[in-house]
Amino acid sequence: MQYIQKKVKSINFGILDPETIRKMSQVRVVTPDTYDEDGYPIEGGLMDLHLGVIDPGLRCKTCGQRMVSCPGHFGHIELVRPVLHVGYVKMIYTLLKTTCKSCGRLLLPPDQIDKYKKLLLESEEETDDAAIEIIEQSKKINKCPHCGAKQGNIKLIKPTTFYEEKQRLLPSDIRMRMELIPDEDLVLLGIDPKVARPEWTILTVLPVPPVTTRPSITLETGERSEDDLTHKLVDILRINQRLRDNIAAGAPQLIIEDLWDLLQYHVTTYFNNEVSGIPPARHRSGRPLKTLAQRLKGKEGRFRYNLSGKRVNFSARTVISPDPNLSINEVGVPQAIAEELTVPEYVTEWNINKLKKFIEADKYPKANYVIRPDGRRKKVTDVNREDLLKEIEPGYIIERQLMDGDIVLFNRQPSLHRLSMMTHLVKVLPGKTFRLHPAVCKPYNADFDGDEMNLHVPQTEEARAEALELMLVQKQIITPRFGAPIIVGEEDFVSGAYLMTQKGVSFSRRLAERILIKAGITKVPKPDVEGDRFSGKLLFSQALPKGLNLEYKSKICRDCEKCVKDKCPYDAYVKIRNGVLKTGVIDKVSYQGILVDTIFRKYGEEVCRDFMDKSTKMVLIAMMSRGFTIGLKDSDIPEEARKEIKAVIERAEAEVNEFIRKYREGILKRIPGKTVEQTLEDNIMAILGKARMECGEIAAKYLDVGNPAMVMSRVGARGSMLNVTQMSACVGQQAVRGGRIMRGYRNKTLPHFKEGDIGIRARGFVESSFRTGLTPVEYFFHAMGGREGLVDKGIRTAKSGYMQRRLINALQDLVLRTDGTVRDATDTVVQFVYGDDGADPMKCHGDYAVKLSDEIIYLDEREKEEEYEEAEEGEEYE
Amino acid sequence: MSDIFEKYKGKLPKNIIEYVRKKTEGRSAKEIRKALEMALEEFQKNQAEPGEAVGIVAAQSIGEPGTQMTMRTFHYAGVAELAVPQGLPRFIEIVDVRREPSMPIMEIHLKEEIKTDEDKVIEFAERLENVPLEDVAEIDEDFAKRRITIIFNEKALNEHALTLEEAMKKTEKELRRKAKEKVDNAMIFEPGFATLRSLRRFVDRIREIKLCGIKGIKKAVVLPEPDGSGWYIQTEGTNLVDVLKLEGVDPTNVFSNNIKEIEKVLGIEAARNVIIHEAKAVLDGQGLKVNPRHIMLVADVMTYDGTVRPIGRQGVSGLKSSVFARAAFEETVKHLHTASIKGHKDELKGVTENIIVGQPIPVGTGIVKLGMK
Repeated sequence: MQYIQKKVKSINFGILDPETIRKMSQVRVVTPDTYDEDGYPIEGGLMDLHLGVIDPGLRCKTCGQRMVSCPGHFGHIELVRPVLHVGYVKMIYTLLKTTCKSCGRLLLPPDQIDKYKKLLLESEEETDDAAIEIIEQSKKINKCPHCGAKQGNIKLIKPTTFYEEKQRLLPSDIRMRMELIPDEDLVLLGIDPKVARPEWTILTVLPVPPVTTRPSITLETGERSEDDLTHKLVDILRINQRLRDNIAAGAPQLIIEDLWDLLQYHVTTYFNNEVSGIPPARHRSGRPLKTLAQRLKGKEGRFRYNLSGKRVNFSARTVISPDPNLSINEVGVPQAIAEELTVPEYVTEWNINKLKKFIEADKYPKANYVIRPDGRRKKVTDVNREDLLKEIEPGYIIERQLMDGDIVLFNRQPSLHRLSMMTHLVKVLPGKTFRLHPAVCKPYNADFDGDEMNLHVPQTEEARAEALELMLVQKQIITPRFGAPIIVGEEDFVSGAYLMTQKGVSFSRRLAERILIKAGITKVPKPDVEGDRFSGKLLFSQALPKGLNLEYKSKICRDCEKCVKDKCPYDAYVKIRNGVLKTGVIDKVSYQGILVDTIFRKYGEEVCRDFMDKSTKMVLIAMMSRGFTIGLKDSDIPEEARKEIKAVIERAEAEVNEFIRKYREGILKRIPGKTVEQTLEDNIMAILGKARMECGEIAAKYLDVGNPAMVMSRVGARGSMLNVTQMSACVGQQAVRGGRIMRGYRNKTLPHFKEGDIGIRARGFVESSFRTGLTPVEYFFHAMGGREGLVDKGIRTAKSGYMQRRLINALQDLVLRTDGTVRDATDTVVQFVYGDDGADPMKCHGDYAVKLSDEIIYLDEREKEEEYEEAEEGEEYE
Repeated sequence: MSDIFEKYKGKLPKNIIEYVRKKTEGRSAKEIRKALEMALEEFQKNQAEPGEAVGIVAAQSIGEPGTQMTMRTFHYAGVAELAVPQGLPRFIEIVDVRREPSMPIMEIHLKEEIKTDEDKVIEFAERLENVPLEDVAEIDEDFAKRRITIIFNEKALNEHALTLEEAMKKTEKELRRKAKEKVDNAMIFEPGFATLRSLRRFVDRIREIKLCGIKGIKKAVVLPEPDGSGWYIQTEGTNLVDVLKLEGVDPTNVFSNNIKEIEKVLGIEAARNVIIHEAKAVLDGQGLKVNPRHIMLVADVMTYDGTVRPIGRQGVSGLKSSVFARAAFEETVKHLHTASIKGHKDELKGVTENIIVGQPIPVGTGIVKLGMK
């Protein structure tokens, strides 16, 4: 096992000077050729064996190591003429403008220089502002205050050509000027001369990166394909050679300067191939080359792709599917994955016999690898099994296959919040998908239409401990975002709970026992309904913790003027006494709110998990035995309802037409702050919105109370009244850009209408219901509305993703310190007390840090009022 | 009675004491004391733990519901309110701290004496609106004679509580020249330009003349106070400095949604409060629940150095001390180059830097150190 023994404390940045470049170089690269005819690297070429090896079988001539173990070594190219480094052109430009051409001093009077020097000495803050001021001031001076030399006007033709009063400044001239600038003046300009002398940015020698950073690939045809960087370096070497030859031959100055510029171009694009002002260097195929800057930047660059995000071993990914038979903190792992992933077990005197069994086994669960104390990894095979068994002793590590109860991390992208990665316990199952309890879909934002998820196996005891203590599913039942449950029963769990706990629902002993045993409850309560039957409320209560007392209004509550509490005729008032559901139905409010919340806070995560496990299982069996389905006939409404709806729509249309008439006659009263057209549209939208609401009410009136769609929307399982309305009564107004549909040619939305028709049908009102079917025109409008929604969603995900990236980047270093303050990475205080009161949002009740339950305060009173019934002891069931 | 609560001041935050007070109204002193004691116990239990990565949790809590926010601007049908960008676009506007929001809005509450009289408030609102000349007059240009005629619409002038005389005087003053002739509601100018181009430019200037109102305020709507105590004014366009100076305005109760403006006029604390207020308003409007502590932290990060800085490379992220953190965010190459010139040193104190070099991050269990003798 390796521990971190050395820690990187800090990293310094600076510019390499020519001497250092030569010193760290292993070889001077001179020839543009790479390999000879036999495919062997040429000495003094870009693939020189001193630069490291990328061919298996060869040895590095610098360190003598083989392929993977040799890290690679630098070389260098001696440039015949100096060239500028594009990245520092801006700095060179300011330096040329702010310093004297003949003496190199900063173009400021000596007293000013002293003033700024003092300022810099005194302030410990960033010197950027002062530097900008100095630059601005010295730019204006055109006669050197030190030597009196007249300064020329410097011009920069992007990206790398300088002119002084129409006279070309060659890199060698610039380099000479840079050398003149004294260190103390550089400090004033915000440059640290210790690590960055300006003349170093004008390159006389170019480092050649090790071959390991630019490996060539061999195609199937046996052809070698070089890396983009190698290509670029070949270009540089070639021009460098030509320049050298021309100079030696005494070629005219013009030709030399042309070649020099060409060398400059190649060096520039070698650093950055996206410099504005010059065409990017291209590959033979026409693709722009990926040079140094391109390797680093952007989403797929070194920083974001490889350094901020790292690839890992011991992970798996596959499709997910639901399994309510699991506990909420379990994950079903396919056998095939369990056989591949391993957990390291440290061999000690006390577990050696147990671990030897894994080595002995030739099928699951067995040991895949044995790691010797020296770190050598051995695969366990039929051949060496016996040897390994004899060899193994304390100090060895064996890597055994994943087993039930192992700790793993489970994750679904996009990982928008910390609940996107939680700790689960392994349950090895047949099949090829990961299985998870549907109640944990919400935090992962997962569904089962083909979603895939990732699984990671922590490899150290420390990692496992942290995973278990901090990330375990049941510890995340309450979200830190708003302090309410997020791991909750949804959809069928809610409808099921409602159907089970409804008034008058009872189960036969046989069924009741089946429900209870599914939940793992072995104690059967006394039947509370005549004929040896059990009420759904009683069965559901078996999942509730003992001693729980709660009273609240459920989702189906109709907000009566005077609440009669537990005498509620709709059974909407939930009363729980000592863990027994006395009145009320369990629906969304219970399952996704107060009930889970109270259990979690009062009894802790384990009890809450137990409740979720038991109740969801019971509810499903109860629902399955009863049956719950929806079909076409469930959206049918009788003929008279259809007539009523028609009447409502006709009335609305008449109203709208009245408004249109008024508008046409110009007597429509304008709403202040709006134009007449807006007023008209607002009114029409309001009328049509109301009309649809009325249609919905009519439909609801005629639909059966037990209509599945109605049940689901009423108890908050899925869908809303709007969806029921759209199915049975009337789809309603389609909207694009928040208003009625207006687009089209010749003043009409579709060819079916007259020009200038602004009636309800011509502007996208859909009178039909989904049950009756839409007319072609309606269908088209509906598609328009739907398309907008789709486009909107796409844009939204992109925008909110970027916003979150920025937020995370801005806030990631903020930590609550031990002194109660919130500070950033530089120890600057951002908040003296976190959130003004130091309370943890996860433990808060909504916005408040504290919530007193009524029960606690009025305990004395209530005791007098009623005596709790002792929970009756049920008979044992085994 | 109140001294029971007094004793807990400092131990419990104000809003919790208030909460307990409300909850225990009409109860005996013994019960109140018990309730307070319980509140204190729970409050202490609910404190956040040291090492908690509060920044990341806040960023996630605000970013995660971002995908659920709508993009559209909402118009409430039938209600006289201005169309305000809501949801994600407005939220991005807030964290970006744009110089001017896409829909700058002010809420101006008036002094007691005026606010109860609807007519007076309406008049006040009309006076605020900045009316360009083209809204209340027709401009007739005769290029052949080089003559421009402005015909004022008296009905339109009335709507903005302007008289013809006022309007004409103002026009002359703004143009710095006298009209050649004034006939009834018309003014005739013959500026005597030689070229048509300068004449056209002159006409454009006339169109833009602001006859009355406060600079920047395009529209003013009168709305009833939510508590029914009278009326207040909502405006499109903001100008805090000038509005605060107006007679009749309650200077303690004027709101602007322009963060930069608030910072300039009322200072950094006020700016922080607007950020919190506006961010909360957006989330509430979308029906998304987010603990205010998260929003406060974001607002504090944006304001803690005394200026309002946007979230992003121009602001908070661009000014980080770590070279690696900046390079890994945006503008990678630029940050590396400046770092090398200035000889920067990365102390590896933040999260990204340590991820990059492959070390444990100084957050959560990573800040705990073990000492050994």
